[in-house]
Amino acid sequence: MTMNNEMDISRRKAMGLAAAGAGGMVLGSPLHASAVKAGKAKSVIQIWMWGGPSHLDTFDPKPDAGSDYCGPYTTPIETNVSGIRIGQKLPLMAQQADKYSIIRSMTHGINGHETASYVTQTGRPVGGDVYPCTGAVVSRFKGVDAGYNGLLPPYIVLTKPQGRFSESGFMGLRYKPFATGGKPSASPFTVEGVIQKGITQARQRDRRELLAALDTYGKKLDGNAQFEQMNMCKDQAYELILGDAGKVFDIKDEDPKLRERYGNANSDFGASCLIARKLVEAGVPYVTINYTGWDTHKKHFDIMNNKLTELDRGFSTLLDDLDQRGLLDSTIVWWGGEFGRGPKIQWEAPWNGGRSHYGKCFSHVIAGGGFQGGHVIGSSTANGTEVADRPVYPWDLIGSMYEQLGIDPNAQLPHPQGLDVRVCATEEDGITMGGRLREIMS
Amino acid sequence: MTGIKTGGKVLAVAFLFGAVLTNTFAVQQASSAKIDRLVLAKLQEKGIPPSDLCTDEVFLRRVYLDVIGTLPTKPEAKRFLSSNGVNKREILIEELFERPEFADYWALKWCDLLRVKAEFPSKLWPNAVQAYYRFVRTALYQNMPYDDFARTMLTSSGSNFRVAPVNFYRAMPQRDPAAIAGTVALTFMGMRSDGWSDEKRMGMAAFFGQIGYKGTAEWKEEIVFYDPSKKFCYPDSEKPVVPQLPDGTVVEVPEYSDPRMVFSDWLIGSRVFSDNMVNRIWYWLLGRGIIHEPDDIRADNPPQNPELVAFLSQELVKSKYDLRHIYRIILNSKTYQRASIHNQRNLKDEENFSRYYTRRLDAEVLIDAICQITKTTETYSSDIPEPFTFIPENQRSIKLSDGSITSPFLDLYGRPPRDTGYIAERNNTPSAAQKLHLLNSTHIQSKILQNKALLGLVYTKVKGKNKPKLTWLEPHEAIENMYLTILSRYPTAKETNTAIAYIRESGLNRNEASVDLVWALLNTQEFIFKH
Repeated sequence: MTMNNEMDISRRKAMGLAAAGAGGMVLGSPLHASAVKAGKAKSVIQIWMWGGPSHLDTFDPKPDAGSDYCGPYTTPIETNVSGIRIGQKLPLMAQQADKYSIIRSMTHGINGHETASYVTQTGRPVGGDVYPCTGAVVSRFKGVDAGYNGLLPPYIVLTKPQGRFSESGFMGLRYKPFATGGKPSASPFTVEGVIQKGITQARQRDRRELLAALDTYGKKLDGNAQFEQMNMCKDQAYELILGDAGKVFDIKDEDPKLRERYGNANSDFGASCLIARKLVEAGVPYVTINYTGWDTHKKHFDIMNNKLTELDRGFSTLLDDLDQRGLLDSTIVWWGGEFGRGPKIQWEAPWNGGRSHYGKCFSHVIAGGGFQGGHVIGSSTANGTEVADRPVYPWDLIGSMYEQLGIDPNAQLPHPQGLDVRVCATEEDGITMGGRLREIMS
Repeated sequence: MTGIKTGGKVLAVAFLFGAVLTNTFAVQQASSAKIDRLVLAKLQEKGIPPSDLCTDEVFLRRVYLDVIGTLPTKPEAKRFLSSNGVNKREILIEELFERPEFADYWALKWCDLLRVKAEFPSKLWPNAVQAYYRFVRTALYQNMPYDDFARTMLTSSGSNFRVAPVNFYRAMPQRDPAAIAGTVALTFMGMRSDGWSDEKRMGMAAFFGQIGYKGTAEWKEEIVFYDPSKKFCYPDSEKPVVPQLPDGTVVEVPEYSDPRMVFSDWLIGSRVFSDNMVNRIWYWLLGRGIIHEPDDIRADNPPQNPELVAFLSQELVKSKYDLRHIYRIILNSKTYQRASIHNQRNLKDEENFSRYYTRRLDAEVLIDAICQITKTTETYSSDIPEPFTFIPENQRSIKLSDGSITSPFLDLYGRPPRDTGYIAERNNTPSAAQKLHLLNSTHIQSKILQNKALLGLVYTKVKGKNKPKLTWLEPHEAIENMYLTILSRYPTAKETNTAIAYIRESGLNRNEASVDLVWALLNTQEFIFKH
């Protein structure tokens, strides 16, 4: 009883209905038992740093590079792990460093948002088919195809879809995320379709009866497979509208102190982190927080002064909260954007102190779900311009996550034209491999 | 037809127009009848009885949605339903061809096929998208013969900004000759070259081995041209590939002549060229190809009705590649005009066209219809910097030129990402998430709240006063308006009674009750599906 199409299909099969007519390929081929093993991780929370955050100002500070590189941020701070220092605007994250590891040698060399977003989120080189991103793959292998039967959709995005490329790639609509829309910090958070202001439950029921009475044509086509499928979707939708599952999006009854730690009352990022924790607690396998505003070509440091503080509160509290509840061991938290930002600050007009796109070297952070904390993987050169050692490509990171989730890297992905395509890219796809993150995988 | 109640002048024009139409009708009727004979023969062979013909109200809504991707307005619905003309269906079809929305809607379908999108995985960029889109839409608006349309795209050279059809060769993720040949096969032959032998694939690729691309000083300008200095060789060898047509003919292309010309001459003369086109149109209008899937034409995937494909194909050639002729003869056929309501023996038929197959409205058509009904607009945006793209507030989504311009609604309802050009990219399969949105989103609810007139609140003149007063229409009148606006038909007595009872007995105020009525009609199967 989920809202996802996959369930519709399996129900339809159970009812012995024919496959849908126009364009209705049945992509949801059943999974082989071997495709998913019990992994250490059950869920992923992805903090997507939309636009590309500066690595120098966050997790790879370079205080000795001079003001052309670090601007005002010249005093990185010690963390609770000896020998690891991070950006001075992240004091709360510094207290959680034992819970996460920093990859300072991420690289793909692409400086365009679309292509970089694609490569970073799919772990695939560009060219040929458009592959699904991690959320869609996890929703295939840990979602309803694999026995997930929660009422909530298996892949949820707070709040807006990606937009730069199609998240589910060739796997199509069935594996698209459910995008909440709305404003997470508002009360109520009007999750599109689930929570609406001003319609009482009694009126919802009256409406439902009215609709049944007025669906004249629908009744004339009793037995029509498509209409039946739509009716089943409607029944599933009503389970969520009239049931309690949607309450997971409501944070007004959370401990105010905890709420405060996540962020200011109007911080959508803070509220999103808290909601993400609740969703994972409710069993949702994949949650993406699309955190916008990191494409800082201009006014970079003004923006950073505010945003890093918000990031610091939300991210650090999320890690701590997951840990306190015993969820961190089974939840991967993945932080990063499509690239870093130019290590050398553009002081000249029209940027007047901005940072450009930078795909040659950047940082990602990974925590939980079997990934050990308190480590740094790889390093960048003195000014953060190049990878100095241990390059990590997006496919290395994503392949490591799949391994922790128990997803077979060689399992087949459903393809609309029936092509033989696999979960992970290999050297045969013409890529250089940096290797899985064995250093921190337990 | 307009001008029924107006002066003699308009009537005279209408009369002349009618004479022209009568002539067209005779030709078209014979062809439509032939379609029906071929379809019926197949049905008889299989022992499937066809459904009855659909009613006027069903036809009206269906033909608007299928031909112009647009819901009839209330006045349009009233006019058609009250007309007693014998040929009123034929006349309506002709009127729809002349509507600007005809070109809008078919440009949308074509741009899906041609992957018209500013960024990722194809990289057209906004300015070239505008040029290309304008070319496609204008061609459809002017009913450019299909052979010219295809040839222009396949053989043009020049700047992506100034010679728009060259963008055909830019709107693909990969530009190596084999990838280009694959795109040409998919687009104009409905074939998937990845299933072909290496010899066949390479042979066709050789015709596209001398396409050059070069930049200019202008930002994002690119020239596509014939580059005789280019050689297309087998991998890891110096041996040039000999051009070989998909039918196996080896061709010698004279030196310094563009092999694309040779290929398009062959293509346009080939059966698969016209088969592909008529089969796509059939699929677009009837929801299922005679060859299924429409972009999987191959020897071992025969048409469900070979004679029907052959006939339509021949009609396309005979009409000098007049696409509207094919639309016309299909739309006027009894086959197209069958009811979607099944009889006792054709419920399971999904491929013989014994009934009109129901289909969910396309994402773009659905949101446009909701906007038209509620008199509201949508916000569309693109993540690509679009210096050349202005999106007006009242933008209809069927008119969006660029696949990179989108909205959460379009994403949710399965608008194709325009990655590949495959038909399967458009996904109209219902999902619970879509249903949630229509049943219970703030987005839809706030739209319903905005059209007060639709809810029944109208300004009426008060005797002796200048200022009109807002008053509620009589419930039955308001309900009739809702039905005509949303479902393009009059309500039945039973429906009116149900609705009036809801207004009187639900315990809600008139405004809330009316909102719920509009909400209910928007959520009926009748509204969400083409039927």
